[in-house]
Amino acid sequence: MPWNEPGKDKDPWGQRNNEGPPDLDEVFKNLKDKFGGLLGGGGKGRIPKVPSGSGNLNGVIGFIVVALLVVWALTGIYIVDEGWRGVETRFGKRTVVTQSGPHWHLPYPIENVEQVNVADIRTARKNSKMLTSDENIVVMSIEIQYNIKDAQDFAFEVFDPDLTLQQTAETAIREVVGNNDMDLIITEGRAVVGSATKEIMQEILDYYRTGINVVQVNMDEAQPPEEVQEAFEDAIKAREDEQRIINEANAYRNDVVPKARGEGQGLLEQAEAYKTRVVKSAQGETSRFSQLLAEYKRAPEVTRERLYLDTLESVMARSPKVMVDVEGGNNLMFLPLDQLMGNAATGTTPLKGLSGGSSDSQSLIDEFKRNVSRNRERETRQ
Amino acid sequence: MTSNLRFGFILLALISAIVYMSTFIVHEREIALKFKLGEIIEADYDPGVYFQIPIINNIIKFDSRVLTMDTPSERFLTVEKKNVIVNSFVKWRIVDPKTFYTSTGGDERRAIQRMVSIINDELKGKIASRTMREVISGERATIMQEVTDRASVKIEDLGIKLIDVRVKKVELPDNVSVNVYRRMATERQTVAKEFRSRGEEQAKQIRANADRQREEILAEAYRKSEEIRGEGDATAAKTYADSYNQDKEFYSFYRSLKAYDASFGNNQDIILLSPDSDFFKYFKDSKATR
Repeated sequence: MPWNEPGKDKDPWGQRNNEGPPDLDEVFKNLKDKFGGLLGGGGKGRIPKVPSGSGNLNGVIGFIVVALLVVWALTGIYIVDEGWRGVETRFGKRTVVTQSGPHWHLPYPIENVEQVNVADIRTARKNSKMLTSDENIVVMSIEIQYNIKDAQDFAFEVFDPDLTLQQTAETAIREVVGNNDMDLIITEGRAVVGSATKEIMQEILDYYRTGINVVQVNMDEAQPPEEVQEAFEDAIKAREDEQRIINEANAYRNDVVPKARGEGQGLLEQAEAYKTRVVKSAQGETSRFSQLLAEYKRAPEVTRERLYLDTLESVMARSPKVMVDVEGGNNLMFLPLDQLMGNAATGTTPLKGLSGGSSDSQSLIDEFKRNVSRNRERETRQ
Repeated sequence: MTSNLRFGFILLALISAIVYMSTFIVHEREIALKFKLGEIIEADYDPGVYFQIPIINNIIKFDSRVLTMDTPSERFLTVEKKNVIVNSFVKWRIVDPKTFYTSTGGDERRAIQRMVSIINDELKGKIASRTMREVISGERATIMQEVTDRASVKIEDLGIKLIDVRVKKVELPDNVSVNVYRRMATERQTVAKEFRSRGEEQAKQIRANADRQREEILAEAYRKSEEIRGEGDATAAKTYADSYNQDKEFYSFYRSLKAYDASFGNNQDIILLSPDSDFFKYFKDSKATR
């Protein structure tokens, strides 16, 4: 029959847990309660040497005994720092969890306290190669942040909770990675992998009652293994190349199409210009003709004669000419054309007759002249 | 007086020693067995303090917490005869210290050895009936659950409760990994090629489309420009026709003169003349009548 059945007025699992740090009054009250309960009851049997004698010596002995008891009792005072919890046991059995602040427990060996840091965020890392669901290998590096949510469970339930956390992390991350495809994991799945891992870990850790709370699982790295990294990088580059090639083509299109539009517009403008030119020159020429015709109709004979002579005069004046006044023609007649041509270079000034028509015909004339001179030069060279 | 005091202290020490020797504490983390001259007489202890008779009773304690054990990596064959290297960890707890003590002599290592071989046997069976893919992903949880269930029945005689078996590593042997890397690399190359070719595909379309647009624009522009030129030509022709139709004969005369003037514009042209021409009608004869 254990000695330390918790008092009926005191529930070791709760009550004090829920309150804030107890003040000193409460500590002393507890002290009184505990002493009253233990020493007043079963304690008697254990310390039977309460002196009943008389005299000074007995008084001294009594004093020493009391002093020793007080010192012993004082060893039960402890302070729980902020962010820590005190886990008390009485004869090895868990009793209460104390919050931060000063506390007192029944002195050793009756009660004992272990302090557990529950506020600090602890960190564990895992870094390993693992298989994805599509049988690829990926290098994962995760960081787990955790703290303690139940100090008693953490202290009593599981052997080496920190090691358990590491193992749990490994099995959880491998399970998550094993359920996903490589592409997902190394790209958009990072956050998902982290939270899924966290969920699985927490479930397992709760099942073992480790008292651990997983705060966060970060994926530091999710990469293809070194051996294939080059290929992966190339694939990423290829993705960029795809865009680059498309962009270049778009640039080409943006270059060519507007230019074509410009060119097309140019053609239209030229056509408009041509239209205006031919129409205007037609109008001009016909107007000239009509006016001349009107005059001609008034004096046809003279005008006709004048026009004829003016033109021929102009032609004759400009060109070298040979009058061949031979009746019936003579086949033996020799004309030194080369010499004649040479002389012609110093030719006569052209006179204006009917020349100077439209620019169109003028340019035709120029063209014609050029051809002739070119042919002539060729001939001379030969 | 002094002897009384000394006696008092001796008595106190003696009583303390007796109390100490005749009690034992079972901690939260412990589970205890009480022996009476080598025979187990009590096993069910909650944490707390208990009596014992010194010398006659002795106590053996075990860890009552959830204990852990890593199984060594082992090769297993999947249903398609692929090798996988698997390791796991096991969570267990001594629940029946009496059985545990009698079956293992209290030696944890013997218990662990038994468990490892039982669990690996179970794993082998489960993996052998599944494909690689199932082992890695889909059925992982099922495998762990089945192994836990079956193995816990088998190790009940150890006084142990198997809490969980969890597969950690499921890996390919090194020599296979090399092939996997090669496959992964070629897969990526396929992807890379596809990306680039898709880029080219689109680029070609875009360029061809651009060229087409250019041709179309130019063709349309040409059509329009010819139309405009035609309009111009038509208008001009009509203007000429309307005008010249007033006097066809004069037009032909007028136009011929213009042509003569234009054709003999160059002083390199030598004209051989016969005095018979109209131009020379007065040249030899001042009274020509022709």
